[in-house]
Amino acid sequence: MADFEVPVLNEYPIIPKVKEGVMAHSSPFLAAEKFQTPLGYPGELPDNWKEVAIDKMGELLGKYRSLQVFLDICVHCGACTDKCHYYLGTSDAKNMPGARQELLRKVYRRYFTFAGKYFPKLVGAVDLTKEVLDDWYSYFHQCSQCRRCSVFCPYGIDTAEISMAAREILDTVGQGQKYCNEIIGKVFVIGNNLGLPEPALRDTLEGLEEEVEEDTGVKVRFPLDEKGAEVLLVTPSADFFAEPHVDGLIGYGKVFHEAGISWTVSSKASEASNFGMFIGSYENMRRVALRIREAAAELGVKRIIFGECGHAWRVAYSFLNTLAGPFDFLDPKYPVPQHICEFTNNLIKENKLRLNKEENDHMKLTFHDSCNVARGAGMGNVEGGQFTIPREIIKACCNYFYDMPKDTIHDATFCCGGGGGLLTDDLMELRVKGAQPRMEALKRVTEDYGVTNLAAICAICKSQFAKTLPYYGFTMDQIVSVHQLVSNAIVLKGSEQEAELDGTAE
Amino acid sequence: MTLVTTLYVGLFYATTIILVVGVALRIKKYAQAPAPLKIPTMPAPRTQTGVALRMFREVVFFESLFRANKWTWIFGWLFHFGLLLVLLRHLRYFTEPVWFWVNWIQPFGKYAAFAMVIGLLGLWGRRFLVDRVRYISTPSDHLILALLVGIGLSGLGMTYIAHTDIVALKSFVLGLMYFSPQPLPADLFLLTHLGLVALLMIIFPISKLMHAPGVFFSPTRNQTDSSRERRHVTPWAQPVEAVQSGKQ
Repeated sequence: MADFEVPVLNEYPIIPKVKEGVMAHSSPFLAAEKFQTPLGYPGELPDNWKEVAIDKMGELLGKYRSLQVFLDICVHCGACTDKCHYYLGTSDAKNMPGARQELLRKVYRRYFTFAGKYFPKLVGAVDLTKEVLDDWYSYFHQCSQCRRCSVFCPYGIDTAEISMAAREILDTVGQGQKYCNEIIGKVFVIGNNLGLPEPALRDTLEGLEEEVEEDTGVKVRFPLDEKGAEVLLVTPSADFFAEPHVDGLIGYGKVFHEAGISWTVSSKASEASNFGMFIGSYENMRRVALRIREAAAELGVKRIIFGECGHAWRVAYSFLNTLAGPFDFLDPKYPVPQHICEFTNNLIKENKLRLNKEENDHMKLTFHDSCNVARGAGMGNVEGGQFTIPREIIKACCNYFYDMPKDTIHDATFCCGGGGGLLTDDLMELRVKGAQPRMEALKRVTEDYGVTNLAAICAICKSQFAKTLPYYGFTMDQIVSVHQLVSNAIVLKGSEQEAELDGTAE
Repeated sequence: MTLVTTLYVGLFYATTIILVVGVALRIKKYAQAPAPLKIPTMPAPRTQTGVALRMFREVVFFESLFRANKWTWIFGWLFHFGLLLVLLRHLRYFTEPVWFWVNWIQPFGKYAAFAMVIGLLGLWGRRFLVDRVRYISTPSDHLILALLVGIGLSGLGMTYIAHTDIVALKSFVLGLMYFSPQPLPADLFLLTHLGLVALLMIIFPISKLMHAPGVFFSPTRNQTDSSRERRHVTPWAQPVEAVQSGKQ
């Protein structure tokens, strides 16, 4: 099945011994010139790349306090060294967060600090060479920017910030990553990551309307570009396309229908995710974010709701208001933006949804906290709402729910192994190995409680698990959307299910 | 005045300037670098008071480190709080009359030196024994530990092996403070102790020791979770906004 060794799942987590260079061969495809140019980056390594890279580093140091402080204050205490899923899965020394940061830090020291300029050997400072640059390209594409290390660092040093800066430097010297940069280009030209044009979207949404009507006997609408709708739904394009994502989309549609709230998808902003964050580019991130503002303004909606998408939710919750605000043309009663889970959970609390948990009785569930939701965003305007709200929804829809071990959930959750711009087939070995800690935790609850399914609220997690679960002896359909569970359980007014439950069926 | 006294007087004025100016410049850099996007490690407090509490727990109890690794936490905490007590105890050489609470902690401060050295040796041991920590250690990490252990041991030497003329030392220190230099007792432990402290003061602003003031500037720890309620457009992002708005 694989041309590499799939890690074993142990009874209890084992911290591997450090091995050097075992993942040095892992590098994603370089972006060709045609993918670099639209983003404002050169197509290949310029002759004076060293000056360009060092200048860029200097510029970023002046622009981001995080970078300046994080590069200065690491004491090499080692708290982070066993916290990265890529280290745990690969045992490569440079996948320890501190060691990964050091790749950039040792060059920073050499060019920007007194100690590194005059005593390079003493403080581990090195000149920027092509080998160092290649190391950056390899290992800063072995970081999914999940921020788990920042939870445990006594100074909160966040490797995500450092890897974002490194990727931006790489982009400015023509060493962009194909997967991310091609996708950002597609978002600018077509409107979404998957490159689904408007007619294809319309077709898909009409198909969903037919499917739901067939299943329930109720006409649930899945509108596109409808002016005057109350809600603009911004969701990852995977929701229009693949299992189990699309079942989540059906769930959102049913919830809106039951709530009696008009909504629409926009063909212009038919993508929630923002890959501008992955490459550390404020400019590109802002350009991607602005589409959402424009779509909301053009369609005249009152509120914006995001679908199940992890990194999108970080950008939406933490950055959207700053990047594309102020959203003073929206209804001030609602937070901008809202998460579909906040929306659904409010309705559940207000008793506005009828849910039949038995519809999910064929599953025993656990919940995978997606890294960027858990550590990069919030929900419900309460500290930790991002942990309680999705679980409340699942428990309202299912009879059987069991959490994975404590040190693998909430803010200590493990990344799925495919986040931060690494969900590409040219990094399959890394993705499989990086999934090991999550798979190990899943195995625990499978054995202890008979858990059958893993629910998530992130398109990347869902795609990644669908691909990696089989490597560990699970099946790809064990990953489900949270709103898929809602979709299963919800009893629509006037539906066949309602008639059956109430005994009024013919 | 002897040569030794002259040397140490000069040394301490110079190192004090290096420490104060060096750290101030570094802090200025941290304070002035913009934080364009809100990046607290979530879940984060939603109020400033909450942030102050989070920072307090981080700085006083090393909360994150406690979650990360109990060995590093216990050695790190022993060292830092040993050091704190020892430093407070040393205030008796800088004050006349000695503040009452400094007298009060004097007995604890004496033993805290042991905690400090034990903590340091524990942390140093990890740099050899734990392969992950060994991998990320640089020569300067070892040297800084050696320096701190040297300061601790030479200090302990004066308390428990060969007492220095403490009255003369105090008048030397007060002399420094009031710009009327007094002779320094020239014994080995004291000269070593003071020499190493001076070295520590010199390297402080140019080394990882900056983590002490730096932690207060860490955006993942000092920001509130409030980005949906408030915008945070940084000055350098304004031209980006203008250029991109022009394109629309």
